[in-house]
Parts: sequence; structure tokens; C-alpha cells
Amino acid sequence: MSQMMLELLLRSLWETVLMTAASGLISLVFGLPLGLALVATDRGGIAEQLWLNRILGGIVNAFRSVPFIILLVALIPLTRLIVGTSIGTWAAIVPLAIAATPYYARIAEVSLREVDRGLVEAVRAMGGGRWAIIREVLVPEALPGIVAGFTVTLVTLVGASAMAGAIGAGGLGDLAIRYGYQRFETAVMVAVVIVLIVLVSGIQWAGDRLVARLDRRA
Amino acid sequence: MNQHFSSTDLTLSPGFAAPSGDVVRIVDLKRRFGRTPAVDGVSLTVRKGEILGIIGRSGAGKSTLIRCLNGLERPDAGQIFVEGREITGLGERELQPLRRRIGMIFQHFNLLSAKTVEDNVALPLKIEGRPKAERLARAAELLDLVGLADKAKAYPASLSGGQKQRVGIARALAARPALLLSDEATSALDPETTRSILSLLKDINRKLGLTILLITHEMEVVRTIADRVAVLDAGRIIEEGAVWSVFADPQSEVTRSLLGGIRPQLPGEIAGRLARSGGEAILRVDIAGEAARLPLLQDLSAAIPGRYRLVHGGIDHIQGEPVGTLFLGVGIAAGRLAEAVEFLNARGARAEVLGHVTDDA
Repeated sequence: MSQMMLELLLRSLWETVLMTAASGLISLVFGLPLGLALVATDRGGIAEQLWLNRILGGIVNAFRSVPFIILLVALIPLTRLIVGTSIGTWAAIVPLAIAATPYYARIAEVSLREVDRGLVEAVRAMGGGRWAIIREVLVPEALPGIVAGFTVTLVTLVGASAMAGAIGAGGLGDLAIRYGYQRFETAVMVAVVIVLIVLVSGIQWAGDRLVARLDRRA
Repeated sequence: MNQHFSSTDLTLSPGFAAPSGDVVRIVDLKRRFGRTPAVDGVSLTVRKGEILGIIGRSGAGKSTLIRCLNGLERPDAGQIFVEGREITGLGERELQPLRRRIGMIFQHFNLLSAKTVEDNVALPLKIEGRPKAERLARAAELLDLVGLADKAKAYPASLSGGQKQRVGIARALAARPALLLSDEATSALDPETTRSILSLLKDINRKLGLTILLITHEMEVVRTIADRVAVLDAGRIIEEGAVWSVFADPQSEVTRSLLGGIRPQLPGEIAGRLARSGGEAILRVDIAGEAARLPLLQDLSAAIPGRYRLVHGGIDHIQGEPVGTLFLGVGIAAGRLAEAVEFLNARGARAEVLGHVTDDA
């Protein structure tokens, strides 16, 4: 592989890491509260509001139903509004984050739902309000699952970012398609796949380590 | 330690001051789930400093009743006064300061797995907004009280069941409550651990003067630590009184069946051979209080000579009162049996002829 190819590979890796990290972070910031809201407003939740629960659930489902490649194009006006342009790495972060947020919200919701109701009751019995329940019970007790779910989301984002090449965002997937597939440069394809395997494995390993450190349940 | 439980920080509205001595007063409380009443008109008073046991089979409404006391469950009708203040009808926000006056321990401990033991114990104070130094000092003090000072930095998952419940007790005491609610706190523990937890609770009750309301389905728990007992069945209190007197003279079938496990029963192999007549009469004699202090058997054999044999039974001491059941094998003339029963009953015992057996070796 030529020097140029190596540089291209490194740049693509950086673009993938940037897209994954930025959209992952945004999905964490918005997805976790959304997941909390889904649990809290549901029947028997700490802030039961069934109509709100249905609306939130409907929005989440709607976004999760749209294929990412469609979302990517459909969101172009919004992307232009936020980033100022509809092409490039930063422009891809908007649809990636918007797709990942409801995805992560559902994963976080599952972990939060698994928190023993007895613990919520114990904190209520000691005079704790909703905030105390969220801060002292729901989030800390669900944290291993929340982190594990975030790991899954990041890995999914690595995959989804390959499609962002369609709007000129670059990244490893784009490199594989343009050089490896369209120009039949097998070496590039193999190199990209190896880098992706290492990247995904690294994310998974780091996530698993963190979960093991956080999990005090056994 | 006693000054921690002073009543300086409790807010009694002057109009509702309870007769001093009552921590909780429940008036005609009702709660139904769908069409099934869980609590069906319960009136009950918990006196300051006592341990009141509420016993019942599962589904009797015990949990619903105890959860009404700190507002975890909303009653449909009736009133609850805690330290003289009516809590029925209060909103969630108004209930929060009140719940800090009421500690609660649970069957499954409900400790937070992500927090250390000391952080679990300090949590009620954190929720109250106390400074960290004060929280940790109080946690250390309480862990010392429950004998777990060395586990402060451990996580609950590394503790045994008994240790977890000790942490639960320490946590329930952190905010210096006026009342401790115990929701089947020993039901998940083995008998030996149960005894140690119960003696800890009794100890705390004595040392701190803490009022305890416990619910359980085990008579043994009531027998070990309660001063008074109320028997709950189908959402109603069917019997209530000092533990020793309820044990000595249970009025209802439910109470008798709950007592069945810990009171002496006629051994099955004798019960199976009971007949209408035979060589030896089998008498069941229940004695309690004064009657149990008399030389009853000696007096009986002096008055009505015959062959008296102790088949089975024993005398227990509950709250310092002797309470017992004896099964006697009696070999006297058939005509004098009624006389013997009368003799015993006249001295405060309750005797009844269960039947006759022959050839009991």
C-alpha cells in the first residue's frame, strides 16, 4: 500500500472516530433522559403520565422505523440549519445523532426498567422525591446496563457511519466502497476491514471493562 | 443515644395533638384493590415505646396496612394519625418530611447495590440534605450499633443476609425516626439469623425507646420480641392483646392455627389412637399466668388419687409470663374424670378430655 493510501486510511479512521464519538456523545446526552422519561411516565412509574409516555414512545418508534439512509437525506434541511452545510463529516453527525438518540433511549429504558422496584420503594419510604429516586437509585443501579448499552450504540454508529459517505462525510466505510469496491483495490478493502475490526473490538473491550468495574451486584 | 430521639424536631399541629403515648392511631382504615378489600376497616393504636406485632397469613392485608402508614399506599377511607398528625389526604410532597420520621426495613433488605454500606446507611440523611461529614459520622455510629463497623466500605453484595438486614436497620435509624416499620424483615433469613436480628431489634427498642411496628406471618417472631399482637385476617383485626394472653387463650381459629406451629400438639401417633373409651384418658390442659405457678398436678393427685402421667407438653415464658399446654394421661375411675376436669378449671387452667387410649406403653 502506498504512502498516500496509508494517509487516506488514517484520515478515514479519524473521520469515523469523530462521527462515532460526536454522535455517540449527543445520543448519550439526549437518549438517557429520554429513556428515563419513558420509564418514569409509564404506568406505575415515578411520574406516571400515560399520554406523554405514548407520545414519546411514538416519536421514538417513528425515528427508529426510518431506514438510516433515508433519514440521512430527509434531514438535509435540518443539517444545513444546524451545521451550515449538508456535506462533510460534521454534516453527517446530525443525522447519526438523531438516529442514535431514540436507539439508545430504548436500550437505556430496558436497563432502567430492570431496577428492582423495592429499591425505589425504599428510597420513597425514607422521604426521597423523584430526583432522589433518579439520582440515587435508577441511574446508579442501572449504570452497568447503561454503559453496556452505550457500547452497543457506539458499535452500531461505527457501522452506520459507513453510509454517511453518501453525503461526502468520508470515513472508513466510504473508503472501502470507493477504493476497495469500486476500484477493485482488495488491499484497501482488507485494510479497512482489519481497522474496523480493531476499532469495534477496542470499543467493546473498553465498554466491557468499564461495566465490570461498575457492576457491584455480584 | 436517647437524645437523638427527642421530639424537638417533630412538628405537631396543636389542634391534632394525640393523647401522649400514641405514635400511630389508625381509625377504620379501608383499602381495596379492584373489588377485593385488602384492608377492611382496621382500627389500631401503636403506643410509644412498644413493639406491636401484626400477624396474619399471606394475603391477610398486612403489607397494605403497613404501607399505608408511610403513605406508600393510599387508603380509600379512614384516618391515620402519626404523632398526632393526620396523614391521610397528604400529597406526596407533604408526605416526604413525614416519612423521615418513620424508618422502614424490608424482607428483601432493599439495599442499593451500587453504594457502599456506609453510603446506604447515610442515604436518608443525604436525601434530607445534611452535610457529608455529619452523614458519615452518623453512619459510623449506626454501623457500630448494629455490629458492622468493619463493613463500612464494603458493597452489599459481599454481605450475608443477616448482615444486609443489619445494614437495613442502621439505614432505617439514620434519620432518627419516631417509628420503625418492619415488613417481614426476618422472613428471608434462617432461624439463627432471625434470632440475632430480632434480638438486635429488641435491643434498639430498649436502648433507644424506639417504637416498632412489625408485620410477620411467623408467630415465633411475635413471641420473641413483641409486647402486643394484633391478628389480621381478610383485612380485619380479629384479635388483639398482650402477646402472652393471646398465646394463652387464643379466641379465633385463625390465631389457633397460626399458633399451631409453636404450641405443643398431641403427638400424631397418640392422636391417631384416640377412642371414645379405653384404659387411659388423655387430657389437654392449658395453663397460663397464676395457674401455671400452682403445684397443680400435685394438688390434683392429692384430691383425686389415680395414675397421672405427663404425655407431652411444656411451659413457655412469654414476656415473663408462663404459658403452657400439657397433655396428661389419666388413669382414674371413669366417673371421676369430669371431677378432675372441674378441679383443674376451678384453679384457672383450661382442661378438656381429648379421648382415651389403651395400651399406651
